[in-house]
Amino acid sequence: MITTSVATLEQPQHADAVNSKLVVASLEGVNKNYGSVRALRGVDFRVRAGELVALLGPNGAGKTTAVKLLLGLLQPNSGRARVFGGDPTNPENRMRTGAMLQVGRVPETLRVREHIDLFSSYYQKPMAPADVLAAAGLEKVSDRKFGDLSGGQRQRVLFALAICGDPDLLFLDEPTVGLDVEARRMVWDEIRRMVSRGKTVLLTTHYLQEADALADRVAVIHQGEIIAQGTPAEIKAKTAGKRIRCITSLSLNILRQIPGVTEVKEDREAIEIHAVVAESIVRELLARDAGLSGLEVSSAGLEEAFLALTQDTPREENHSN
Amino acid sequence: MSTATMALSSTQIQRSPRHTATIYLKEAKYEFLKNLRLRVYTASVLSFPIMFYVLFGLVLNSHQAIGATSIPKYLIATYGTFGVMGASLFGTAAGLASDRGLGWLQVKRASPMPPFAYFAAKVITSMIFSMIIVLALFTLGITLGGVRMPLADFAKVLGTLALGSVPFSAMGLALGYFTGPNSAPATINLIYLPMSFCSGLWVPIMFLPQVVRKIALVLPPYHLSQLALGIVGGGQHESNVAHWEVLAAFTMICLGVARIGFQRDQGKLYG
Repeated sequence: MITTSVATLEQPQHADAVNSKLVVASLEGVNKNYGSVRALRGVDFRVRAGELVALLGPNGAGKTTAVKLLLGLLQPNSGRARVFGGDPTNPENRMRTGAMLQVGRVPETLRVREHIDLFSSYYQKPMAPADVLAAAGLEKVSDRKFGDLSGGQRQRVLFALAICGDPDLLFLDEPTVGLDVEARRMVWDEIRRMVSRGKTVLLTTHYLQEADALADRVAVIHQGEIIAQGTPAEIKAKTAGKRIRCITSLSLNILRQIPGVTEVKEDREAIEIHAVVAESIVRELLARDAGLSGLEVSSAGLEEAFLALTQDTPREENHSN
Repeated sequence: MSTATMALSSTQIQRSPRHTATIYLKEAKYEFLKNLRLRVYTASVLSFPIMFYVLFGLVLNSHQAIGATSIPKYLIATYGTFGVMGASLFGTAAGLASDRGLGWLQVKRASPMPPFAYFAAKVITSMIFSMIIVLALFTLGITLGGVRMPLADFAKVLGTLALGSVPFSAMGLALGYFTGPNSAPATINLIYLPMSFCSGLWVPIMFLPQVVRKIALVLPPYHLSQLALGIVGGGQHESNVAHWEVLAAFTMICLGVARIGFQRDQGKLYG
């Protein structure tokens, strides 16, 4: 549990959430437009104290917009963003918040330890510089200028700046993009450590695997709408799917009628079949077409998972295009 | 919204004055280091006024004079103004446009940094670079150009030019809010170079055509250079108060424009 005074937190308004923990960050009926582009539509989203929530979605789904609204960097067109029950722009709230954003250019002539020294100075009770460097795996490059770092190291400096103030609430926008496997594991470990110390974390990702590995709860966002929320297991159950590729003489119509097939399409000389479970369909295919060749079975990618989700969810609008 | 929430929304951070001072100092220190290590900045901002001064003030015309003021002395005031203007415009506008356009400023804004510390650091850094340029010109003038003047006059020229970095820093903030990371340096040059010429910073004002001398009257660098020239006896003998008034008015206008940009970035003008 988080050790902050109850007066600064807002009680969840859902009747079904009476027993859950305090809401520390929320988007309430938020719409956000960029000109004629609707980045977020009627988004309701809550993060409770001590939770690690992943906002999962493809590029352009509205993940970064959601984070920027919660950081008070953007204002919603309607609805509201709240952090610790107050305005995200409130300096007191910013003192308890850390953020890792995607940045085009960081001042390149400052050294790693100088960047950390400056950001740490903004906070009341920052972590010790050595701890920040260790947590982000930057000990060996602390004297290097930002411009001389590799892509992964740069990413870790941004992570270090997000955690250096020892914030209660951490926003991480695509924290592991561009990291190699080892560095990704390290960031994951550090995120888990933050949560085990009672911190609350919201991270965005377009890797289902990352959401699965880290999050207590996943919210799937697609074209500006939250289309599913639940534990990683629940989301995976909904999005699990297989892609079967083969060269066959069977017609598209016959294939569509096989039970369990969700989608069939032609892909160059081959046919691509989407299905919930592969085995029964493969058995059926082989039984009907002895000349079938080039058989491949793979897990559906996230894009297919999103399609599956958008089709499962009752929707007002059709997003099939 | 509960009253507790309302009360919280209006809370300010309770930082000790010492903590606040530390933040301002660090922000300024690292802004200075950042620019000092940025070769593009130091090369253009420091070397151009110094190079021009050496060429036109020491190598070519060092034994001539304008009225009672020797050329090396006269050009300290004008190339000093030129240097102050460049250091301030590039120091604020280029950095701000890049920080804004490429996301760095958002990281800072999401942190509990006092927003004013960011701007103060840019203005202070510009002022320090301005003083470095003026001191370099003095050093060259005294050692190689035979420039002699009372210590009080030297301090006055240095102080005037250092203070003169404020209007150009304000102009830089305004430009930084309305240019992109790539267009900022070109835009600055487009304003800075013609303005320097028309204000008599390269060729002394009395040698410029009548029409340019008329234009100069509305240009801030003209007024700053006249304040500095007045101290070394090379001015046009206009009212110092009027010069300061023009610079103050110009500063206010630029800060007003910068404020519009600031609020636009904060998202206050939409939604």
